[in-house]
Amino acid sequence: MGYDLNLRVWRGDSSGGELGDYTVEVEEGEVVLDAIHRLQATQTGDLAVRWNCKAGKCGSCSAEVNGRPRLMCMTRLADFDEAETITVTPMRSFPVIRDLVTDVSFNYEKAKQVPAFAPTPRDADGKRRMQQADVERGQEFRKCIECFLCQNTCHVVRDHEENKPAFAGPRLFLRYAELDMHPLDTNDRRKLSQEAAGLGMCNITKCCSEVCPENIKITDNAIIPMKERVADRKYDPLVWLGSKIRRRTDREEV
Amino acid sequence: MAQSLRHPMTGNRMDPSAEQGGHGFEAHEYDVVVIGAGGAGLRAAIAAKDAGARVAIVCKSLLGKAHTVMAEGGIAAAMGNAYPDDNWEVHFRDTMRGGKMLNNWRMAQLHAQESPERVIELEEWGALFDRTEDGLISQRDFGGHRYARLAHVGDRTGLEMIRTLQQRAVALDIDVFMECTVTEVFTESGRGGSRVSGAFGYWRETGRFVVFKAPSVVLATGGIGKSYQVTSNSWEYTGDGHALALRAGASLINMEFVQFHPTGMVWPPSVKGILVTESVRGDGGALKNSEGNRFMFDYIPEYFKAETADSVEEAEGWYADKKNNRRPPELLPRDEVARAINSEIKAGRGSPHGGVFLDIASRRDAEFIRRRLPSMYHQFKELADVDITTDPMEVGPTCHYVMGGVEVNADTEQSSVTGLFAAGEVAGGMHGSNRLGGNSLSDLLVFGRRAGHSAAYHAFRTADSKPALVDDDVRAAADHAVAPFSVEGAIENPYTIQKDLQDLMQRLVGIIRTGEELTESLAEIDKLKERAKYLTVEGHRQYNPGWHLALDIPNMLLVSECIAKAALEREESRGGHTRDDYPGPDPAWGARNLALTWNDSAGSIELKRQPLPEMPDELKPLFEDRS
Ligand SMILES: Cc1cc2nc3c(=O)[nH]c(=O)nc-3n(C[C@H](O)[C@H](O)[C@H](O)COP(=O)(O)OP(=O)(O)OC[C@H]3O[C@@H](n4cnc5c(N)ncnc54)[C@H](O)[C@@H]3O)c2cc1C
Ligand code: SF4
Ligand code: SF4
Ligand code: FES
Repeated sequence: MGYDLNLRVWRGDSSGGELGDYTVEVEEGEVVLDAIHRLQATQTGDLAVRWNCKAGKCGSCSAEVNGRPRLMCMTRLADFDEAETITVTPMRSFPVIRDLVTDVSFNYEKAKQVPAFAPTPRDADGKRRMQQADVERGQEFRKCIECFLCQNTCHVVRDHEENKPAFAGPRLFLRYAELDMHPLDTNDRRKLSQEAAGLGMCNITKCCSEVCPENIKITDNAIIPMKERVADRKYDPLVWLGSKIRRRTDREEV
Repeated sequence: MAQSLRHPMTGNRMDPSAEQGGHGFEAHEYDVVVIGAGGAGLRAAIAAKDAGARVAIVCKSLLGKAHTVMAEGGIAAAMGNAYPDDNWEVHFRDTMRGGKMLNNWRMAQLHAQESPERVIELEEWGALFDRTEDGLISQRDFGGHRYARLAHVGDRTGLEMIRTLQQRAVALDIDVFMECTVTEVFTESGRGGSRVSGAFGYWRETGRFVVFKAPSVVLATGGIGKSYQVTSNSWEYTGDGHALALRAGASLINMEFVQFHPTGMVWPPSVKGILVTESVRGDGGALKNSEGNRFMFDYIPEYFKAETADSVEEAEGWYADKKNNRRPPELLPRDEVARAINSEIKAGRGSPHGGVFLDIASRRDAEFIRRRLPSMYHQFKELADVDITTDPMEVGPTCHYVMGGVEVNADTEQSSVTGLFAAGEVAGGMHGSNRLGGNSLSDLLVFGRRAGHSAAYHAFRTADSKPALVDDDVRAAADHAVAPFSVEGAIENPYTIQKDLQDLMQRLVGIIRTGEELTESLAEIDKLKERAKYLTVEGHRQYNPGWHLALDIPNMLLVSECIAKAALEREESRGGHTRDDYPGPDPAWGARNLALTWNDSAGSIELKRQPLPEMPDELKPLFEDRS
């Protein structure tokens, strides 16, 4: 049972742009990305949009649908009234390249600053052993599909370009937390937490967790434990001293 | 590359000051250029970097978004964690039998021998696989594998793999050119044939051109599935690497073998083709028709009778006691299951939306399903309103994987063109006529690494006699790329041509083929080639998907023609190639490959029959005991 959908899509580039009004035929069971694709195939051949998997697995199709950060491929038209106009705009926290495509290089640059995983040696038989219960915390964080919707939503950088140099953002906090909780990692934990750039700027509003399409409890399971660890270690002079000494020997071995 | 600049839009590394030669485009020089950032490309780049080479990775999407990210079920490797009896010989045997013995035996052997170490290596780089009780990497059952063998992370194994490799590549500081599409591999002709001299591409964001000078190019571009209407593949799968290899002078083999995965979603229409992982069957899902029968028992081929349960009771027993029961027929290789589903639907015993039922809710409790198959649960819930912990899924075949690809040396992954290497889905030979599930991710790791090493050493060996780029070739590549903006009498919409090609491939070169339809398909492809000369492109060069598609379409047409040609030639049925007019396998065809090459002066594809490399005697006994 198809119908004509009223779609408004932001079109433009770094020099500016505007919302364009379109009418697109859509079918039962379709998602916003289907409507965008039909628009592209029939009316606006050069409409810029990113996508790959169309199944919520690759994190390419992030945008704002009626102002809410969403994956377009997982946003069903059935969730809207047929008469309602659906407005699709690019993610706001990243500079626009063109139409719905934004420059997300911020996230890739921040990723370069995360230390590499440094495991303990293998067991004698050449394998490694970890218990399922011990890997599960890290596995939750590794579900991240890098859609960057959390980065887009976090008020520390949304509309605050000036905070970007000092703030890695929730997606990257997951990376630090993941190393921190990895059963075999040998990086200095205290140092890791402190280096999780800008962790102190986060005031645990949980907006990031709310938009995460993978339902990762970013704030509760990653950010808060990391904050607690930083606090503990900073205030305990003995731990402080101990880890400082260990850090030095670690360095010598490298 | 001492001081590199950043792309103004993406922050990608670039260096416009390095414009050189007479061509005047942004230019870079590397030892090894890897085209593709999926599992194969990333693993190749890591290996080349480890060997000491200067390496660049070029990819069409953002880093981490390649197809590999979508892989669900797992990585096949005979680590013996679940079953100590498992070893490379059993894995080798399963792989060869799954491919109906048409595999390149040496590739299948290397693959089986090296994949366990490649998986453990991922763990070294941070991957967190699911564990066994003893804390080892857990291994799950999949079709065609004798033992539970797939290392996995729930049903998002590909994500774990690509993220691990991506993070490793970042840690090694490998240069990545993302959202940059390669349209040409350059060669330099000289004594003893031609050799690679570099590659040409455009930045998707700006439409500006970029030239790579390199003695070694590794193709890791993945597959061709976007040429079909119902497919699990994304927009990236336009067969670019296959076409680049052909045009550079390399040959393709096994192109007639296209894998239709038995279980894709069939409803709603918008998700038709999206994959339902084989893990559902590995973890206990049963296939049923509209009459509620487990029809797979009616489709057990002679070839697999000895190892397949022939009654529901035995199949049921297998989940608990694998020693004393044979495997359920749902876990036959994919080609068998896909054909069976196709027949049931044709016979009118399908589900309401034209599929069959896949039921895991009857066997497993909700907790188990959500833990083992979280993304399937999510996918059906969100996209189809189906709760798979209580209701059966509706599934049907979907185009999934191409067995065919660039013909390479099994040990070095070099093609017949010096300096041109291929690994992953774009390479041919490893999987013969049908790939077993889980054998792709392991293939990417094993042969990606080998290709990266070989490419690095080739570059070192030629350090004193580097191939040169020819400015005229570079300018010709640039002219070719902007041609769609100024075609006289252009009237054809690229999206329409793509759709027409998808319809035609689905209809005439699908799961079940006939000589007549294949002949018709070739005529249809010719017509599309003619129409494709008049593509119109709107707008300008900045991030313009219409233009990008216009440049992909010739690749799709070329590769589709290869598939149809080879399919018409092979007058038998084997693995991923079923001919209604030649229903059985033919031993004479079982000893031959079909190789396709591009004849540049004639402007046509040439096809040649060639003998299959013969397995050495010491491996033959592996195939004699059971049968
Ligand atoms: C839904 C799904 C589930 C799957 N599940 C499994 C599984 O459980 N187990 C398994 O073993 N296999 C599985 N497979 C198959 C497997 O995932 C793929 O075969 C494999 O990931 C291909 O990897 P690759 O490295 O060859 O290519 P890809 O990962 O597809 O990467 C191709 C790369 O090449 C780049 N590229 C292509 N053309 C160009 C160009 N012209 N210029 C620049 N860059 C280019 C792309 O941008 C991309 O980076 C699955 C496949 C799908 C679709
Ligand atoms: S919880 Fe912290 S990281 Fe998340 S949105 Fe709020 S401030 Fe940002
Ligand atoms: S944490 Fe969630 S919202 Fe953030 S990038 Fe990852 S998947 Fe997206
Ligand atoms: S297209 Fe992959 S998440 Fe939407």
